[in-house]
Amino acid sequence: MDICVCIKRYPSLGSAIMLTDDGMAIDTDKLGFTLSPHEECAVEAAVQLKEEHGGTVTLISMGPEGVEEQIREQFAIGADRAIWIRSDSTDIDPQAAAKAIGDAIEADETAFDLILLGSESADNANAQTGVRLAHRLGRPVATAIKGMTIADGVATCERAVGTMREVYRVRLPAVVTVKDGLNIPRYPSVPGRIKARKKPIDEVAADLDGARIQLKGLPAPIRESKGAQALGAGDEAADALVDVMKQIGVLS
Amino acid sequence: MAEELQAPSEAKCVVIGAGIVGNSIVWHLARLGWTDIVQVDKGPLPNPGGSTGHASNFIFPTDHSKEITQLTLESMRQYKEMGVFTECGGIEVARTEERMQELHRRMQSATSFDIDGTAMLSPAECKEKVPYLDDEVILGGFWTPSVGVVDSLRAGTIMREKAQEMNALTSLPNTEVMDIEVTDGHVSAVVTDRGTINTEYVVIACGCWSPRIAEMAGAAIPLTPAVHQMKDIGPVPFFADAKGDIEWPIIRDMDTFMYERQHGTGLEIGSYAHRAILYEAGEIPSNEQAALSPTEMPFTQEDFDLQDEHAMELMPDIVGDETIGEKYACNGLLSLTPDGAPILGETPEVKGLWSAAAVWIKEGPGVGKSIAEWMVLGESEIDLHGADISRFYEHHKTRQHITARTGEGFIKTYGIIHPGEQWTSNRDVRLSPYYEQEKALGGVFYEAVGWERPFWYESNAPLVEKFGDAVMPRTAEWDARWWSPIINAEHLQMRETAGMIDLTPFAIFDIVGPGALNVVQTCAVRQMDVAIGKVIYTPVLTPRGGFRSDLTIMRLGANHFRVVTGGAHGMSDRKWFADHLPADGTAQLQDLTSSMTTLGVWGPNARAIVQSLTTADMSHEGFPFGSCRVIEMGSLRVLASRISYVGELGWELYLPMEQGAKLWNMVYEAGQSHGLIPVGVGVYGTGGRLEKGYRAYGAELDAEYNIVEAGMALKKVKDADFVGKEAFLQQREEEPMALMCTLSVTDHHSASGEKRYMLGMEPILTTDGAPIADKHGRRSFVTSAGSAPSLGKHLLMAYLPPEHAVEGIELLVEYLGERYPVVVDRVGATPLFDPTNERILS
Repeated sequence: MDICVCIKRYPSLGSAIMLTDDGMAIDTDKLGFTLSPHEECAVEAAVQLKEEHGGTVTLISMGPEGVEEQIREQFAIGADRAIWIRSDSTDIDPQAAAKAIGDAIEADETAFDLILLGSESADNANAQTGVRLAHRLGRPVATAIKGMTIADGVATCERAVGTMREVYRVRLPAVVTVKDGLNIPRYPSVPGRIKARKKPIDEVAADLDGARIQLKGLPAPIRESKGAQALGAGDEAADALVDVMKQIGVLS
Repeated sequence: MAEELQAPSEAKCVVIGAGIVGNSIVWHLARLGWTDIVQVDKGPLPNPGGSTGHASNFIFPTDHSKEITQLTLESMRQYKEMGVFTECGGIEVARTEERMQELHRRMQSATSFDIDGTAMLSPAECKEKVPYLDDEVILGGFWTPSVGVVDSLRAGTIMREKAQEMNALTSLPNTEVMDIEVTDGHVSAVVTDRGTINTEYVVIACGCWSPRIAEMAGAAIPLTPAVHQMKDIGPVPFFADAKGDIEWPIIRDMDTFMYERQHGTGLEIGSYAHRAILYEAGEIPSNEQAALSPTEMPFTQEDFDLQDEHAMELMPDIVGDETIGEKYACNGLLSLTPDGAPILGETPEVKGLWSAAAVWIKEGPGVGKSIAEWMVLGESEIDLHGADISRFYEHHKTRQHITARTGEGFIKTYGIIHPGEQWTSNRDVRLSPYYEQEKALGGVFYEAVGWERPFWYESNAPLVEKFGDAVMPRTAEWDARWWSPIINAEHLQMRETAGMIDLTPFAIFDIVGPGALNVVQTCAVRQMDVAIGKVIYTPVLTPRGGFRSDLTIMRLGANHFRVVTGGAHGMSDRKWFADHLPADGTAQLQDLTSSMTTLGVWGPNARAIVQSLTTADMSHEGFPFGSCRVIEMGSLRVLASRISYVGELGWELYLPMEQGAKLWNMVYEAGQSHGLIPVGVGVYGTGGRLEKGYRAYGAELDAEYNIVEAGMALKKVKDADFVGKEAFLQQREEEPMALMCTLSVTDHHSASGEKRYMLGMEPILTTDGAPIADKHGRRSFVTSAGSAPSLGKHLLMAYLPPEHAVEGIELLVEYLGERYPVVVDRVGATPLFDPTNERILS
């Protein structure tokens, strides 16, 4: 079975987020990058399916040069090759992203049986790309999946809805977007790292025509003042406590 | 309504930093009786986010530096006392023959500095202790049973809380230092975001942030934050039953600059092999901005690719196991300095502002104790001259120098550093006025605190043939590295005719004014109230009567003294004298280091050469030994000083820097008919000095030994007071525990038949092979070693306890895994060469 997993890197943040001077991006100068837990689960699922059924795992990632770091990271846990859609940013309109990924998948020699994505990206959380990609490729899609088995060319997918669960049977080839909790992703091993260095990455140019959402700017979140405040000790604190309760609306 | 923590408005001392160093300092200050100590850190407790929080926390005690080893052993003692030390043993393994030799050298240092139980292991013995090692890839190991792991965060908490329990300390976490105020050159307040604290003392113990904090006060702490990479893999099935944090010996894979240690059920792999990744103190993210902690930067795998392979080679069963994953990896920040030593002591720029920076976990509590002693008692038990912040010259403090040297030095963390090894980066910073002439003569330049100075001259190569075997040629690569037989040829030629030596690196400063005599009397052991025109060589003591320095002082006028000292310790000597200037301004210090140059001319023909250039009376009677005066040499006015560090008749000639080249040319030309040659520092610093038994500060002389032990006590002690006098008088009454001796090697042949020559720091052993220690527990080791071509001997200087300090007694020296017979040739200071000083006094 040949599986394709779409991954997108984003900066690993502390509690205070620094923006670039023009306010158009997060200042990543001193930050590392990572994948969202959803996507880590998607890659883990793909690697488990390969271990079970045989086949290949291909990664697709869009972005500038640095995305190779996350590609190699996922190579280390068992993905075999990657398609890197070179673009200036990872911040791409979901429609344009879906089209570019769809183009790359169609152009690739491998006919993928299953295309996995995270249900939404960790930074923008649009939850759009998977659905639009399925539409672009004309394939069925199941979203926000937390359980999946494959048998006889059918993916059985489970999704939690409140206290219930929904079960979908999706005939392959299909697109499935998954959520954190699907599995416990493995850590890369040192031999995995060493193998990862030699695995191939095919570079393709991004055609981002059709991007209709444009970023106008990012406001930095207002930070809470540090630490807890002591309102006082014993009886003396009572009045202050009442004031706070009124402020937050639990007392009138 | 809300009560934010406020800083106290007054404190005796503010310690900035709550890592292992800051916490050690507050405890030791409290222990020594200080109260009103305030500790500030911008991070939370107990882990404020500095390097302590991500340290690997293991300690290998052996270092080739005595000072660093002593700090480490003292730290281990304190960690054990606090119950946070787990002994596990450690093996430094070798993959190459050169490293095996280095491990033998580490055995030497372990014996010299009293680290017990160490042994060389075969690959099989290494595997026996650490079964997951592949013994096929190693040639052997250096085993240290006392290696252990500490809980440095717990230790810091214990010490901080002890100081708090004594009501001596207020700790302010989450408090940012905004400014440090200085009044009349003395630190006066620390401004924080919780208010301003007026204070007498400030200690900067901020690790890699220290430069930024020091800058607030106008002082420099020349270090740079640098990355040390590490990753944790696990769980390791082999460690599944591990109950403790550390149960297996730690491995240092020295040739790949890596270490591997079991950590609970995991294995930590660390590296000092990658490219130097340097940051600036201002670039480090805050606690809030950092994903992990400020000093745990994002791991860069591409820098670790080779290290992964090296680790897998050494521990294939664990590292090569595909089921074991990487749980954690970081680019941990630590502090690197341009010369690799810590930065300790009061800053020369600001009184009351102290630095305790660039300290590893293994030295933390030892540094805390030493800094506290230094602040409270004026002197620390462990001599810290190698780490003294006042050692730096101005160019050392530049970002470019720091970047160049730390970039070059990072790879030396586990490197094999030859005692004579030279830096290659940022050279040609200080050039003497003779530089062009020296270059034309094939000078081979070594660096002394930025100065370029010939160690020998290739133009003297023909002399090697002339003197034949008397140059004591060395065939072993290690012995001959950074050395040339030309040095010994220059030595023999100088003793036959004459040599000229570039002494520009001297630090020179004048003490002037009505209070000048009192200043030099206070600092110097010898009588300084002498006739104008006298040159006095004198020890300088610490309050407890150890050596602080040794230097010469010329009396140039009633109120005018010129202090001349070695370049290496020149700046800390300058600070010592500056610290003893009177507050009323009646004496001043003027630094002439960069305005005066010095040219030495020595040898039997020195008088004829100098006399041919001057009408002044240079005869023995007209210009006696130990005197100085200004003479005219052609159109130059030169201060000539008749002393010698090489045991020959001659003069040091002092003159303004810009006139040096002219003097060089005059002397060089006048000398041609007298057989004069240029002579490098190889002769001046080693052969010439050792034949005469002259002691050197930093080698024979340090704060651990006294004048009596060094054999340098004169019959009388001056009436005037001086620093260390009381202690010195008492030392004179006591039997010395050790005596400075000069030994020679009686058989140089190694087991392979090759002749070997010791380079210094080797242990002296009894003929039974036992280490020798005096009653203070100080081990006997070689303080200086070198050729004595005029005696046809290889000389070793060492302190020996009285029972071994007997002329003619036979002992052993251990060198690179073998033992060689030595004999005590001299006890005390009487020179082996020309014992009555006829040559100097001719």
